[in-house]
Amino acid sequence: MSVPFVESVLLGAILSGMPVLYAALGEVIVERAGVVNLGLEGVMLMGAVTSFASTVRTGSAALGVLAGATAGGLFNLILALLVVTRQANQLASGLALMFFGAGVSALLGAPYIGSRIAGLNPLQIPGLAHLPYLGPLFRSDILAYLAIPAAALVWWGLFRTRWGLSLRAVGENPAAAYAAGYSPPAIQYQALFLAGLFGGIAGADLSIGIVKTWAEWMTAGRGFIAVALVIFSRWHPLRIVWGAVLFGGAVALQLQFQARGAPVSPFLLDTLPYLLSLGVLLVWAGGRRHAAPASLGRVFEGTK
Amino acid sequence: MRQRGPHPLRVLLVLVTSLMLVVITMGGAARQANAAPPALIVGILHIGSVTDGGYNQAHAEGVRYMQKMLPGIEVIEVENVPESADAERVMETMIQRGAKLIIAASFGYLDPALNVAKRHPDVKFEHPSGYKLAPNLGTYWANTQDGFYLMGMAAGKMTKTHKAGFVVALPVSFFLANVNAFHLGARSVDPQFETRVVFTGTFLDPGKEATATNALLDQGADVMAMIVDSPITVVQVAERQGAYSVGYHYVGVQKFAPKGWISGLAFNWGPLYVRFARAVMDGTWRSEAIYGNVASDYLVIAPFGPAVPASVVRQVSASKQAMINGQLRVFMGPIKDNHGNLRVAEGQVLTDQDYGKMDWLAEGVIGQPR
Repeated sequence: MSVPFVESVLLGAILSGMPVLYAALGEVIVERAGVVNLGLEGVMLMGAVTSFASTVRTGSAALGVLAGATAGGLFNLILALLVVTRQANQLASGLALMFFGAGVSALLGAPYIGSRIAGLNPLQIPGLAHLPYLGPLFRSDILAYLAIPAAALVWWGLFRTRWGLSLRAVGENPAAAYAAGYSPPAIQYQALFLAGLFGGIAGADLSIGIVKTWAEWMTAGRGFIAVALVIFSRWHPLRIVWGAVLFGGAVALQLQFQARGAPVSPFLLDTLPYLLSLGVLLVWAGGRRHAAPASLGRVFEGTK
Repeated sequence: MRQRGPHPLRVLLVLVTSLMLVVITMGGAARQANAAPPALIVGILHIGSVTDGGYNQAHAEGVRYMQKMLPGIEVIEVENVPESADAERVMETMIQRGAKLIIAASFGYLDPALNVAKRHPDVKFEHPSGYKLAPNLGTYWANTQDGFYLMGMAAGKMTKTHKAGFVVALPVSFFLANVNAFHLGARSVDPQFETRVVFTGTFLDPGKEATATNALLDQGADVMAMIVDSPITVVQVAERQGAYSVGYHYVGVQKFAPKGWISGLAFNWGPLYVRFARAVMDGTWRSEAIYGNVASDYLVIAPFGPAVPASVVRQVSASKQAMINGQLRVFMGPIKDNHGNLRVAEGQVLTDQDYGKMDWLAEGVIGQPR
């Protein structure tokens, strides 16, 4: 009757890890371009509410994901306006964006609370879906299948294209990038829009993929976990995948332990994901390669 | 350096402040235009959103009912008020605007409400699930354990795997008492029943609630129950996986489980709020601890789902009547905890006062209370 431990944890890890993974993939793009977006939580909420409302209205989860991504992208442009055009402090603007997003999403979402949707359905891959241990990997929704390709795409875009080179140059030294003929503000705008798309998809995954409901502040801190994950991965998109799997796995593991009646305090188990993260940081810390972009969080004032 | 304009945040601040002033002035104008002063102004604070399909919505709908039954009452309603000094400020503002009855509708508003109550002896306060009374602060709640016992009975009748999963926010005493009551109710009809508990550590995290529900269903549970702010996620995940569910807080959640819904325990605060408001207007309000039970009109058992046979409904109703008559008690000894220690001796019966001190889970419940 009961499902084997490994499969249970794996399924739980996918459910808990995916939204954080998408959000962190967006964040790594902006941070590589020199902008810290602490408003990611708000972006995710905007994506979650827009995709849920669109799915309720159109009945199509695909349109929902699209709407969520677009809303996230557009919402991040507010941050672009503040920190790139108006050159405001990034941390303060990010936090303001988070509260703004929480408030606006609550307002937009109020009429849709209690609506029922079919949402994103799991797609079973025939033959693989019932494999022992790995089965849950092949019974996921489309966003889970696309997560690793998305990480690879971000890596390729950042490290194997001319655009990625210019973006990283802006993050390291915007004055030098400017001297080389690039426009740091334009690149940061692009980065923020792209990151918003990912943040919106992260929110959509949560609201129409995993729980199929909308609730105020349903991201419950996942935006901040994603920001931490970027630091944890030392600004590398492929390492983010491991971080997200580790974090999601730890959340799933602690809930599994409880469901199986492990004789450990639930308070202690609840700290497991964070303890694991701290442990990994301790082991990995000190490496200088792929450390923070040199101009992260700094305001580029142009050359006037 | 380039010449900079005013800081955008400062611009935002100025905009927001002026907008607030406009709203406040307009509110004042609207009140003046309204010739007859309201019979009573009631203030209510919510910890979350009034459309959460759960705890807060139940309180908000109670207030709506009060307004419908007693026209001429004005309500000042504020959502998402943190359980801190902010709550005191919100209450002070309500009093400045003329509120004479304040419903502080969250557990953590107790201390802020006590502080404000001391400063305003002419204003009456009501607080749900509080332990404390003040000369002008009353407390109200209902014995949910009786209701959870009845839900457990229905669950025990419906289960095929003899296992239930229970998603609970935090291991606090009243919640542990609810879980135990549910389990004892189920065991009264199914001696091998097992209840598995997962604590999520938060009242609102649908993602985590979904993962917890999956983990419990993976352990073979085929009935799900929950104590979190909104029952929607757990009920929905259970329905998708073909499991039964028992709701809490708000009756409207039934539509998420057309097949697997068993029943639920919900609050219908309206009649009680009407009584509070009437008493304040008549001058008959007294500070008292109101503690209802399944016989009260404000604790309701939700309609049973189509999967539940009439015989089960009859058996649950009979037990409810036995509780009202005092023949059936939930915590009647001997009861052991899940480490084998005797917690309620033969012949002993736990009462409402004991529930607040409960720190154990009954035999057959799988979970760690601390």
